[in-house]
Amino acid sequence: MDKFEVVAGNGLLHRRAFLRGGSAFAAAVTGYALARSATAAPLADAPWSREMGAAMPPVQAPSRFEKHVVRTLSNPNNELRNSHARTPHQMLQGTITPASLHFTINHSGVPDIDPAQHKLAIHGMVRQPLVFTAESLSRYPMVSRMGFVECGGNSAPMFSNEPIQATAQALHGLVSSSEWTGVPLAVLLDEAGVDPKAKWFVAEGADSLALSRSIPLKKGLDDAMVALYQNGERLMPGNGYPMRLLLPGYEGNMNVKFLRRIKLVDQPAMSYYESRTYSQILPGGKAYRFYFVQEVKSFITHPSFGHALRGQGYYEISGVAYSGNGRIAKVLVSADGGKSWGEAALQEPVLPKAFTRFRMPWRWDGRPVVLQSRAWDEAGNVQPLRAEFVAQRGETKKPPNPLAFPNQHYNSLTSWAVDGNGEIKHVYA
Amino acid sequence: MSTLRLAVALALASSAALAQSPGLGTRISEADTAAWDISILPDGTGLPAGSGTVAQGAHIFAAKCAMCHGEGGKGSPAGNALVGGAPLASGIETTKTIANFWGYPTTLFDFIRRAMPFQQPRTLSDNEVYALAAYLFAQNKIIGENEVMNAKTLPQVKMPNRDGFIIRFPDRI
Repeated sequence: MDKFEVVAGNGLLHRRAFLRGGSAFAAAVTGYALARSATAAPLADAPWSREMGAAMPPVQAPSRFEKHVVRTLSNPNNELRNSHARTPHQMLQGTITPASLHFTINHSGVPDIDPAQHKLAIHGMVRQPLVFTAESLSRYPMVSRMGFVECGGNSAPMFSNEPIQATAQALHGLVSSSEWTGVPLAVLLDEAGVDPKAKWFVAEGADSLALSRSIPLKKGLDDAMVALYQNGERLMPGNGYPMRLLLPGYEGNMNVKFLRRIKLVDQPAMSYYESRTYSQILPGGKAYRFYFVQEVKSFITHPSFGHALRGQGYYEISGVAYSGNGRIAKVLVSADGGKSWGEAALQEPVLPKAFTRFRMPWRWDGRPVVLQSRAWDEAGNVQPLRAEFVAQRGETKKPPNPLAFPNQHYNSLTSWAVDGNGEIKHVYA
Repeated sequence: MSTLRLAVALALASSAALAQSPGLGTRISEADTAAWDISILPDGTGLPAGSGTVAQGAHIFAAKCAMCHGEGGKGSPAGNALVGGAPLASGIETTKTIANFWGYPTTLFDFIRRAMPFQQPRTLSDNEVYALAAYLFAQNKIIGENEVMNAKTLPQVKMPNRDGFIIRFPDRI
């Protein structure tokens, strides 16, 4: 029986317990022994191993046994309002969200855009207004980068005064991470010739609301991209086909989809979404405006609400961490509600403004535990503890509808309580 | 490096970057962007010619807006209330309204013109948008019943919550 170094309460093991082979870390002072597994039945062929398989479709879909791995929809009948589709984090692994499961929010449905007729205009305070097409942009030097996109309202149910019993998908499903490929916006702005007096640009979509946001020019000249591809294929319609603005690390709504117009201006337009929807009320009645950066955050996806632990013994705790300020530097995990913490392994590659998968080996002894994760980014920012976060940002007076957005920009902790039967609840700890 | 040499180096780098641009954007005159150029800035830049009164706005609202936003803008299951609103100190989940939250009058003109009515966006005339803005400001007691909204008067409307905001990341601007 191998022994593993215990690094924190309730059975958290050293993060390298398995990465370099368990026995190398057997010299622990206080070690847990992992039980040997039960005896398996004799092996036999299954029917699918004895006949030719099915024909391959041109575009493959997941196995019929994975039909439950779907986005949840807030407006399935497309009533005249906005609609949300949430990513099922508790059923995914790694750091790339499949395009078909990337979260989507559309405020007036998904437009059916013919890419041959779509245009992107850059005008306003420029030397020469220009029009680009998807075809002309496809000839430009492209860049690819991993990047998360997170709605400013992601995790809004966490503002509830009582923990809402819901999956990671329901609580945090409005963030996803992909590889994006497109043309650096700075190249296109340079071609148009930006007037030195311009300080902002207004980005606008070709959807029926002509959704628009004001963005500091500083960001446009830094790492902004006109993205055409998502995980190697053209953008999904719900994610902005045929082109979208990508502002790595900035609030999702600013990453304007169906991008058709960029106007250079000397002041922000104070558009509806920036000056109303994504400006958030603080306790006392003031409000934050221009909350661009999606701050450092993490949550455990495995195990989490909706899962059940089947017996004591070894499990891997894992989840995602990300920061709009750069790379994730460290993730700590607790199994005793924050009394003690152990450092999780960060799955390489650890990239700026993208999902980082953290992993923590754990031996569950069958007693109740509370699992939490807490992330730090390379700029030194740390995910705030819930008590301090609520003191600054407030909470609701009564539990809201889980689909509602009582407030914005939650980046505090998420806690999952496992009871003695292995059932998991959402708690505040 | 001296300032002059730095400036020369930057100029060279800049022209090199220009030379490297594929230059595949098609030229268009600013005038030819007019049909899409619907951005209104808080100082009134972009506001079109035209005007509207509160009384005109009441008629247009009843005909084109009330089916969702309710009679007099009181709200309905299909659309947000456009009149009233609790004090923002009531709680972080307080519904944000024109009266209790919006900081700039131009936002109202911009949003009505670009996005309303929800099923027929950009079908209202500029006069109709001015009239609807006048009506909604008056319903919220932000302007008087006899005021007229146009490119000159609208940006001067003082919104009750104009000074209620904190810039979250000023260093990013």
